[in-house]
Amino acid sequence: MEQLNGWFTDLLSGNVIFTANTLSFYWSGLVTTVQLVFLSLLIGVILAVPLAIGRGSKRRWIKLPIYAYTYVFRGTPLLIQLYLVYYGVVFFDGIQDSIFWVVFKQAFFPALIAFTLNTAAYTTEIFHGAIKNTAKGEIEAARAYGMSRKLMMRRIILPSAFRRALPAYGNEVIFMLHASAVASVVTIMDLTGAAYYVYARFYAPFDAFIFVALIYLCLTFSIMFTFRTLEKRLLAHLRPRGA
Amino acid sequence: MNKWITSALIAGALFSGQVFTQAMAQDDNKDAIRLGIDVPYEPFVVRNADGDLEGFEIDLGNELCARANLECSWVEQSWDGIIPGLLARKYDAILSSMAITPERERQVMFSLPYYNTPSVWIAARDRDIDIDDKDSLKGLSVGVQRGTIRDVYVTQEYGDVLDIHRYGSSQDVVNDLKSGRLDLTFEDFPIAVDAIDFRQDDSPYKQLGDSIKTPTSIFGKGAAMAFRQRDKALAAKFDQAICAVYADGTFDKLMDQYFDYDLSVRPGEQDCAK
Repeated sequence: MEQLNGWFTDLLSGNVIFTANTLSFYWSGLVTTVQLVFLSLLIGVILAVPLAIGRGSKRRWIKLPIYAYTYVFRGTPLLIQLYLVYYGVVFFDGIQDSIFWVVFKQAFFPALIAFTLNTAAYTTEIFHGAIKNTAKGEIEAARAYGMSRKLMMRRIILPSAFRRALPAYGNEVIFMLHASAVASVVTIMDLTGAAYYVYARFYAPFDAFIFVALIYLCLTFSIMFTFRTLEKRLLAHLRPRGA
Repeated sequence: MNKWITSALIAGALFSGQVFTQAMAQDDNKDAIRLGIDVPYEPFVVRNADGDLEGFEIDLGNELCARANLECSWVEQSWDGIIPGLLARKYDAILSSMAITPERERQVMFSLPYYNTPSVWIAARDRDIDIDDKDSLKGLSVGVQRGTIRDVYVTQEYGDVLDIHRYGSSQDVVNDLKSGRLDLTFEDFPIAVDAIDFRQDDSPYKQLGDSIKTPTSIFGKGAAMAFRQRDKALAAKFDQAICAVYADGTFDKLMDQYFDYDLSVRPGEQDCAK
């Protein structure tokens, strides 16, 4: 223990980069990243539920536009979408004088919009797949009870589909966290932005990025843990017996 | 067929021999110096239609060599290999807009700086902003390129009043100044001249306050010639030459020929007295 303590003291005494000042940069970056990712995921899920139901609709005028939307947002890189929303909107004449400018003047909201639309597209497809794969027996049973289509959706299909979508959605949450690193290109001081700043200030890329990588790892771990716990509880009925 | 090959070989041998003797002759003549430069960097150096090098640094370099009584030739070298090339004796000095930094000083020896580009505050023409009155700047946004000396300056001097946006490239900064997201930008002068024509009267942008070149702890001492550490005598000759072109106004004449702004760094008297 003594030795370990001494080793740590030696390690930290040579440290000029991680002062209170830079650590506060990382901290505010962490707050920004969590805010941005959490908000975009939340709004994304709210958008994705009706879109996923509509995506499975038999009516073409509902199905096709939603398909086009998910195709475009899953088919282009998030970085490009962010550039289009951030730098693209200013090419609309007169936007600076409209009420939209309140939203688009900051860097946060364009990024939130791009991230939300992106994650909503992926989540729509995840939910749609889960809804489509609902066991025939469950639907037939519901129909035998005389449930209407609406009631069946609410009571049988959606609860079952959301549970089965959980592992795939957990992945999407982690992907979104990692994808949020591109926010720093539009001047948002998120975790990666803070790391860039420290890198540029001290010319120490390894220290700056290894530190931020560790923070991302911790975040990812807590997300994984949350989903693992949720899956254990909500998917208990799908586990093989006696396991 | 055989004859062709033989004559080609002979010609080749003769030619290389000639080059060899020429190189020998140059080495014998102690006043011959090779200067390394990265081409092109307008208007400092470009290759013209005839294939010759021209530009501010070419003229300045030739002038310096004439003052130092040296026979100079130019060697083209791309930027990432320019210091290794010097250390490998591909040329004897670098004259290629190289800014003095502590990192480089560990590998090469610098002459006195001969120029430094200023930085400049720019805002929309119709805005009434007084850059020297710090209290009035509270809440305004400024855009800078991340990690540059301008970033360091703004962070250090205005970090507590201005809302600093850091961008990956200076093109992005200019975009957001034009879009109206930024109230101010602090830019490298030549880049600003290129990207925002703020000096025309009908331009929507204007310069605020004076151009800024100090403190040297942030903006650096400027661009200088670089030599191998042991070539102290050669560096001293060029230091004297730099002092001389500043003293008699030759530098200003050259500068006016290529630039319409001031990038001089006049050497101090004690630097020149040495």
